[in-house]
Amino acid sequence: MKADPMGVATGSHYLDGDHACAEGAIAGGCRFMAGYPITPSTEVAERIAERFPKIGGMFIQMEDELASMAAVSGAVWAGAKSMTVTSGPGFSLMMENIGLAVMMEVPCVVVNVQRGGPSTGLPTLTAQADMMQARWGSHGDYEIIALSPNSPQECFDLTITAFNLSEKWRVPVLFMMDECVGHMTEKVIIPNADEIEVTPRKYYKGKKESYRPYRFNGSNSVAPMVKAGDGYFIHITGLTHDERGYPVINAEAQEKNVKHLVNKILKNEEKIRIIEEDQVDGADVVVISYGISSRVAMNAVEAARKKGLKVGTLRLVTVWPFPESRIRELAKSVKAFVVPEINMGQISLEVERCAQGNAKTILVPHAGGWVHDPTDILNAIEESIV
Amino acid sequence: MDIRFSGFGGQGIIKSGTLIGKAASLYDDKFATMTQNFGPEARGGACSAQLVISEKPVLYPYIVRPEILVSMSQEAYEKFLDDLVPNGILLIDSDLVKPHNIRKDVNMYSISSTRIAEEMGNRIFANVVMVGFFTAITNIVEPDAVKKALPGSVPERFIDKNIEAFNKGYQYGIDILEKTKTKQKKKKEKTEA
Repeated sequence: MKADPMGVATGSHYLDGDHACAEGAIAGGCRFMAGYPITPSTEVAERIAERFPKIGGMFIQMEDELASMAAVSGAVWAGAKSMTVTSGPGFSLMMENIGLAVMMEVPCVVVNVQRGGPSTGLPTLTAQADMMQARWGSHGDYEIIALSPNSPQECFDLTITAFNLSEKWRVPVLFMMDECVGHMTEKVIIPNADEIEVTPRKYYKGKKESYRPYRFNGSNSVAPMVKAGDGYFIHITGLTHDERGYPVINAEAQEKNVKHLVNKILKNEEKIRIIEEDQVDGADVVVISYGISSRVAMNAVEAARKKGLKVGTLRLVTVWPFPESRIRELAKSVKAFVVPEINMGQISLEVERCAQGNAKTILVPHAGGWVHDPTDILNAIEESIV
Repeated sequence: MDIRFSGFGGQGIIKSGTLIGKAASLYDDKFATMTQNFGPEARGGACSAQLVISEKPVLYPYIVRPEILVSMSQEAYEKFLDDLVPNGILLIDSDLVKPHNIRKDVNMYSISSTRIAEEMGNRIFANVVMVGFFTAITNIVEPDAVKKALPGSVPERFIDKNIEAFNKGYQYGIDILEKTKTKQKKKKEKTEA
């Protein structure tokens, strides 16, 4: 389906990542947002709050982040494509209700413009330290989809992708920006609505009495949804449930329910996966990065290539689910992976795990507040080959 | 080209960076990445916008040593002067910045942008006067591109006033460049004679 032209601000703009994300959400069909302002994500909410009344959307500033995430789930079951936006401290508060959305299989988007932590940390400065929280932040076993843009243009494009993936897999999609990208202003091209592909929600059209809100059948598909007010009597719960949505508190039901939540993502990892590779064939070392670090790393990679080193790059656009099979395969042909990230080592551990000892993994950490000095990445590349 | 616009919050420093960046990337076929230094302060605190303009996509978004520094407050001038590269260009508002410790290795140009704006009726246009001056002195973006960048960036009812402010700053810059040229020419003639 193509985007609704009413919401699409077609043209060339000079926008920061936060504003571009807001435009991407609108183009992607988002018409409900609940949020609580927090730096450095507030500009997303500001733009949405200004734009929504003109296009039939609704923005509510909630009393806190717990309520924001709850309202998002409610709005989805009422029929709206929905989103919330926050940063670290608010992301922590949202975790319980993100877990609820995972369990209820609620398609929605949660934007986290990452800043330095822990706790209130560095409100106005950048970090990429919530990547593992995105993966494991809520309790219980589940799989999630997370994307990481590296420019305002991608904040627009990939927010649309985030909505599309959430509808396809009925899962909250975490949009993991960082303050640097959020507050960076660049050219953003917004295409015509008829050039923007939007995944519509799948609604059930059969007999009322045979509707099942869930489908646990080998995990290649999810059940269609219904809207509150359409006359269906359905039960949606955070408790372990059967395909009718009714609570069933035993190990057999848990096995079916949790396996479905995990497998619908993991078994389709290659379909969900978005990665960008460059010159990995014949490379001695591959730099694996995401978000703003992927741009800074390119500086180092170009310098290393000038010195005659064989350096490839792999950029994680989807960070979760992790491209395990691809890293495993690459580990057999390269000597080392270099992983620069603005945290003390999160995704590097995943790379190391997937490399299975076949290639070295070298972390280039940064505690946050700024991006890497490209020289540090260059040094790591050079040391990795020695 | 690495550029830093600096001053205090409320002067429209970020807007200056946005106008030049927008002009370069939307109307001049270049790549322009702007980042802002956010502090906890709002109005009144030191404030700066960093702009990287390039023929190629910009990878590293921040600036370490700018080639051009624009300062519209004493505090910003003192804070950022040392970072300016040798032979860099320094643009100041001469009413707001008293340049002591003048660096002899940089090219300084000054304009009373705030006073010119006040003469137009409102000091709020000072940043756009400075943007005009910047455009003339640095020759990085076309003046027409900057004028095209104004709609959407300033309130519609003030577009004419902003164009007027831009033109005043631009003309002032062109005149200064002419004078410098004439001076240099005379100096040369004198030495030759």
